[in-house]
Amino acid sequence: MKYIDEFNDPDLAKRLLDDIHATVTQPWALMEVCGGQTHSIIRHGIDQLIPEQIEMIHGPGCPVCVTPLELIDKALEIASRPDVIFCSFGDMLRVPGSGRDLFRVKSQGGDVRVVYSPLDALKLARENPDKEVVFFGIGFETTMPSTALTVLQAEREGIGNFSVFCNHITIVPTIKAILDSPDLHLDGFLGPGHVSMVIGTAPYEFIAHFYNKPLVVAGFEPLDVLQSIWMVLKQIKEGRCEVENQYARIVPEGGNTRALRAVARVYELREFFEWRGLGSIDHSGMKMRAEYVRFDAELKFALPNVKIADPKSCQCGEVLKGVIRPWQCKVFGTACTPERPLGALMVSSEGACAAYYQYGGLKRRRDEVLPVEAGTA
Amino acid sequence: MNIAPFVFQRPRGKVHVPTVTLAHGGGGKAMKDLIDDVFLAAFDNPLLAPLDDQARLDLGALARHGDRLAFSTDSFVVDPIIFPGGDIGKLAVCGTVNDLAVGGAKPLYLSCAVIVEEGVSVDSLRQIARSMATAARAAGVEIVTGDTKVVNKAACDKMFITTAGIGAIRADVNLGAHCTRPGDFVLVSGFLGDHGAAILSARGDLSLEAPIASDCASLHDVVAALLTAAPGIRFIRDPTRGGVATVLNEIAEAAQVSIEIDEGSTPIRDEVRAFCEILGLDPLYLANEGKLVAIVPPEQAQHALEAMQAHPLGQAARLIGRVIAGEPGRVTMRTVFGGSRIVDMLVGEQLPRIC
Repeated sequence: MKYIDEFNDPDLAKRLLDDIHATVTQPWALMEVCGGQTHSIIRHGIDQLIPEQIEMIHGPGCPVCVTPLELIDKALEIASRPDVIFCSFGDMLRVPGSGRDLFRVKSQGGDVRVVYSPLDALKLARENPDKEVVFFGIGFETTMPSTALTVLQAEREGIGNFSVFCNHITIVPTIKAILDSPDLHLDGFLGPGHVSMVIGTAPYEFIAHFYNKPLVVAGFEPLDVLQSIWMVLKQIKEGRCEVENQYARIVPEGGNTRALRAVARVYELREFFEWRGLGSIDHSGMKMRAEYVRFDAELKFALPNVKIADPKSCQCGEVLKGVIRPWQCKVFGTACTPERPLGALMVSSEGACAAYYQYGGLKRRRDEVLPVEAGTA
Repeated sequence: MNIAPFVFQRPRGKVHVPTVTLAHGGGGKAMKDLIDDVFLAAFDNPLLAPLDDQARLDLGALARHGDRLAFSTDSFVVDPIIFPGGDIGKLAVCGTVNDLAVGGAKPLYLSCAVIVEEGVSVDSLRQIARSMATAARAAGVEIVTGDTKVVNKAACDKMFITTAGIGAIRADVNLGAHCTRPGDFVLVSGFLGDHGAAILSARGDLSLEAPIASDCASLHDVVAALLTAAPGIRFIRDPTRGGVATVLNEIAEAAQVSIEIDEGSTPIRDEVRAFCEILGLDPLYLANEGKLVAIVPPEQAQHALEAMQAHPLGQAARLIGRVIAGEPGRVTMRTVFGGSRIVDMLVGEQLPRIC
């Protein structure tokens, strides 16, 4: 319990903020990759405390946000079947497909359950042998090992009525796609803490070496975020481009090899994966290996592929790449609200737009120009 | 010569089967036995005893408590029906007592309508009725009229309870959200989010068991103490569903003011905070069933605070914020770092987040 307080200590925060202010000499743009960090930044008002020259660009690391419409529609289709118990993490329930969401499916009689772990879904499968229990597998490397281990457990127990609707995604190709985007200007990254707990820090080395951008693997408490910002700024100022680990209390340099082994055993890379807001990114999605097809809901239910475009007015892609800020989107807070999200980033509380809308966005004006833009223009 | 009036003493019925069946809602002997054995036995009072279609209340006696009636109703559908710190019966009594009390009324009488799913054990129904009776006695109210229905399996979840309540408001008490003025203080009577966290934890489907008990309690005494200590008090509300954040938004909207609360002063138990951190929930939006939010003019804020802290249910009372002129309807929180964020209304219910 004390743990939370230690990472919320106002005195330490003030010292870090002083250090940050002392380090900043010109406008710099940093991207925090993970949605949890976005949430922390806005919820604790960190964006208002750091120097105005520092622009935080909110990255793509909210799996709820970036899951494309056609996959949500498939999930809804599976969840509507009378012989199915559909299990999901809580925040997927409100994510709208092209017509409805899981809440609606539930109200129409679908058996939709919120679980905190895929093992809870496996338990349901054991208890309901006459039903097919489907787990909605989404998330980056953070959640991937737990679904992989659950599949392996199901295999060991010989459970035939359990499957995973696998929409896991992997972060590194996505960061690369963002770095390759021509309209993006970034000076450094806060790396995703929970993902790194699994994959370690080595997969980010290319960012430092080939793209010459510093990256600091960062935690999620306010002090973690502040310290990581300071570490990135210090690298920029000293002309260094390295991968550093602020979150060393959780993230081992080499990652979690057992988790990685389980992931590699069950999953393989898809040729390409369509991201909501970002479009198709090569080798960024995971699917189940041939040995585990009997646990693959995608094959069990054999749903047709229907491509559904994001709404035209939606500018999520530009927000994700930091080209515009959430409040500068044409439909922010008008046609697109957390109540009726048009775009991906308004969907989850970790989406940049929803975070701004809920915790601070109304302060900004749509025409507000930030120092970073003014400086680089 | 005086002839004593003839009073027929109906023998009290008894249920001899272990579970409630549709017969117990059929209007015949089985239903009478259930009402006698479960409800009458627990609630026993002269206004209820005749089991007429209505309780008849003495208007003159009501008028001695005040010059206005307060009348409120609420339905209770909690899952699970028994949880750490209470059960659906206690909740049904405290909930309506609090809805009356926070309007400045002295709670007096309750009704109780129970919808029971067939197959529920008679013992658990007895337990809930006894719990209602205990809570009513503690709140100084009587349950004077009621109704029982039994529905098919799965037509309801074990049992639903609706209570309505009547109270009387003293002539000198006039509370309203619209009375709120810039400069007023915002007080809460204790730790926030206990009930919401306790219920989520007790449901067990998140595989998280936290040692958190519901705060379910009747607040009539705390309100009475507040009204005495701070007669200029503007408004009181019990932050149930939607939590303190929702109540503050409603006040800011009604009074067309801004409210700024201070994160460091907001009392939240360590275990509730940790529970929320793990699930990605915000305790400001979790339900409370034994807490109140009070808006008090600045010169009486200290008296109000001390009056609450002197009561066992208000020991952890805190001053959490102020009403400011600001943008109408806006609620903000000053974070422990000195940043500030908007505390908005919740769109739907809070959902545990993925990671």
